[in-house]
Amino acid sequence: MTNASSSAAFPRREFLKAGGALLIGFAIAPEARAQPPQPELIPVDLAPGPGQPDPDRLDTWIAVHADNTATIFFGYVDLGQGIATSILQIAAEELDLGLDQVKTVRVETGSGPNQGNTGASSGINRGGPRIRLAAAEARQALLRMASTRLGAPVDRLTVSRGVVSVAANPAQSVTYGQLIGDRHFDVPYTGTAPIKDYRTYKIVGTSVPRVDMPDKASGAYAFMQHVRLPGMLHGRVVRPRGQGSYADGARVTNVDAASIRDIPGARVIRRGDFLGVMAPSEWSAVQAAQRLRVTWDLPAALPATSAELFERMRAAKTIDRKVLDRGDTTGAFAHAAHVASGRFDSPYQAHAPFAPSCAVADVKADSALVMCSSQGVYGVRPTIAALLKMPLEKVTVQFYQGAGSFGHACFNDAAQAAAVMSQEAGAPVRVQFMRWDEHGWDFYQPAHTADVKIAMDSNGKLLAYEYHGWHHTWSFTETTAQLAAGQPVAEGDGPRAQALTPFNVGDMYAIPNWRIVNHRVPGMKGYLKGGNLRSPLDVAISFGAEQVIDDLAYTANLDPYLFRRQNISDDRWLAVLDAVAKAANWTPRKAAANLSSARVVTGRGIGLGTHLSSYGAAVAEIEVDKQTGVIVAKRMYGALEAGQAINPGIIESQISGMMVQAASRVLKEEVKFSATNVSSVDWVSYPMLRFGESPEVTAIVVKRQDQRPTGAGEEALASGAAAIANAFFDATGVRLREHPMTPARVLSALKKA
Amino acid sequence: MATRITVNRRVRDIDAPADTPLLYVLSNDLELHGPRFGCGLAQCGSCSVLVDGVETRSCVTALGKVAGKTITTLEGLPAWYAEQRKLPAAPALHPLQQAVIDEQAMQCGYCYNGLIIKGSELLSKVPQPTDTQIRTAMNGHLCRCGTYPRMLKAIQRAARVMAGGAQ
Repeated sequence: MTNASSSAAFPRREFLKAGGALLIGFAIAPEARAQPPQPELIPVDLAPGPGQPDPDRLDTWIAVHADNTATIFFGYVDLGQGIATSILQIAAEELDLGLDQVKTVRVETGSGPNQGNTGASSGINRGGPRIRLAAAEARQALLRMASTRLGAPVDRLTVSRGVVSVAANPAQSVTYGQLIGDRHFDVPYTGTAPIKDYRTYKIVGTSVPRVDMPDKASGAYAFMQHVRLPGMLHGRVVRPRGQGSYADGARVTNVDAASIRDIPGARVIRRGDFLGVMAPSEWSAVQAAQRLRVTWDLPAALPATSAELFERMRAAKTIDRKVLDRGDTTGAFAHAAHVASGRFDSPYQAHAPFAPSCAVADVKADSALVMCSSQGVYGVRPTIAALLKMPLEKVTVQFYQGAGSFGHACFNDAAQAAAVMSQEAGAPVRVQFMRWDEHGWDFYQPAHTADVKIAMDSNGKLLAYEYHGWHHTWSFTETTAQLAAGQPVAEGDGPRAQALTPFNVGDMYAIPNWRIVNHRVPGMKGYLKGGNLRSPLDVAISFGAEQVIDDLAYTANLDPYLFRRQNISDDRWLAVLDAVAKAANWTPRKAAANLSSARVVTGRGIGLGTHLSSYGAAVAEIEVDKQTGVIVAKRMYGALEAGQAINPGIIESQISGMMVQAASRVLKEEVKFSATNVSSVDWVSYPMLRFGESPEVTAIVVKRQDQRPTGAGEEALASGAAAIANAFFDATGVRLREHPMTPARVLSALKKA
Repeated sequence: MATRITVNRRVRDIDAPADTPLLYVLSNDLELHGPRFGCGLAQCGSCSVLVDGVETRSCVTALGKVAGKTITTLEGLPAWYAEQRKLPAAPALHPLQQAVIDEQAMQCGYCYNGLIIKGSELLSKVPQPTDTQIRTAMNGHLCRCGTYPRMLKAIQRAARVMAGGAQ
């Protein structure tokens, strides 16, 4: 349990300096909280373990080759956001190499370092410092070698593109390749090498083009879905069309193998309740999966409607935790001039990566190779070893990029399924989920329902802020392991639990009296499988809390931007708020001041949001058709401050994508279900924002090059959702308290108003 | 019985059942990386190819339906473009492929097979598409990373380049 006073005494900035992400994030030991700040800000999951290289050796991180190039061994995976390029920029900068002289290699267990799962904007934020320090340390080691070779002291040497020269006599030089060429440094990694002053950077801070894009544009690039092995069979999982209650699983009552007898080479694989089909040709496997007649036992244990879901969560015997309790919140509400409040409901939402998860496994009697798109190859490895009953060291897991997964999608499930099927078949097996498998068996962002209450004094100064949120947490049992091995469902606990934090609830405002209560709905019976989806919880939080802030601005007869401004004291929050308002050419006026009787009305809104670190702000300009109920986000402005911007161009791309995703999530996306199972299993039943509906986006990177990078993968998303919600009020004078803001909900709200 | 198709200017005899979706022929028999599985339902566009110059969802198009036809995948776009424009040789990339790189449009890039195929088809029919024409033409192609605004710019850029104008 988080101690309220320690949270209050541990403000965000100090928290970040101490390493950040201590509350949430995988494999972060809670005891790390008590440790003194670590200079290199590395998570504690770098401890050496069996079957992985020693993180305390320099050779684990960097190899310098005879051709004067270097390979960087990076433990985080590029999920399509471009961190491979950014990490090379960091390495090249510290090594004094050109960007064309460095490369990364495929992330693989055993040979690559274990930096933990990629998630929570961790790639650059948590992974970058180690690479920066390792590169600096390698450069130092190389300079010492050069000093001996050239007979000049280190401080008389200069380096450019891996050529070390004597400053006074540039003709006297030697290359990195000549100094060490493909031999090991064979020195410890200490993390103590001095790093460059950011003001001297030549590569970091520039928008170099991404290294992977030419091959992706030409069609040369190999995604996971393109991996083929000789003698490989094609496999498909066979499951009910859409998951039911997670803890209840799905039980096979009957399989009619004869139903696929006419499909050449097709066979059924069954282990426990895990069912799959395999065939030499992919089309045969696809047909077999569709035609196999299976009777499933799926109890009617889910709520029948989303309304019932929210009531079930609120009525549950929850595990309540005061995340923060500062000041006298109850007293402040009692005496405040104005109080605004509301209940807000947010649905289950799906990752639904554009490419359904895919994996290829080659399981032999004494070893296994699994190629997959896991966001944590070291995380999934022991689960595969357990399923195969094989020692950990005998299992190698390799990462191949699939489509952007944005959190815990089905990649590990597919990896396990391929491993099980390959073991059963005695041959390599490629498993690709069908669209309904991916949509239907996802680890959804859990639904969230909130009560938000915020008070201000008669001068429009915030006095008290209270947030109660109900949700169940994330799950970590993959469906293959559940069905094949009867593995009981596991809820994330401690730092692996989804929870409200002082950073994603209200952090932006100067609030003297502040209470956050996390109502955790325990158990997974009667709920769907939950997982972390990009900026977990934050869309729901900002959708609700930022609307209540807006309500207060309205009550105070103040412009919503200026109202926020007068209630923020943190420079970094002010900077993103001001940046986005400026970009949007925001002219102050009270919201909903220009209500029109026209059929199509327009509105603008502003919102703030974050996840664990970094600062996000957005403005949305929308149109509402009052006759059809259709909302279109016409234009969005997103500002993000993520500390030091390694590659501002990539961050702009992230912001732009986040604004479009924010529109998609707040206007369109909702997992649908009946009492027995999920029913939204494709792009028709689970609509997302389309090209024709896309807002124009202006992305603003607020740079703090003197700060450490804090991650740019998710923190503007929630602000975009809030801006759209507030724009709806500006357009109509009506609040929508549940998303997605579908035409039916819009029409219903307008009718009631 | 083999089915004869022309893929990226090469004649291919495919020994697969006629009901096999073209996508599986292209990605398994011919090991092409352009068309790729996204939904298998013609909802998303990641499997798109040009069949006789028309954008077609290969995941729901049976091999037998394209017998004798000419298929162009992402890999074959430069040569297809050269043929269309009567250029002496194929460029390294179709102008839209290059524009996607120049705009740094993609994120994961998985949907870009379909976005580039559809965008190329559009530009072959409407050399200077308006914003609305681009949005309408591209509306059947989804992008989960949310890169629509940058893809729109890439199409506009390619249109300028193809018209011989400044980039």
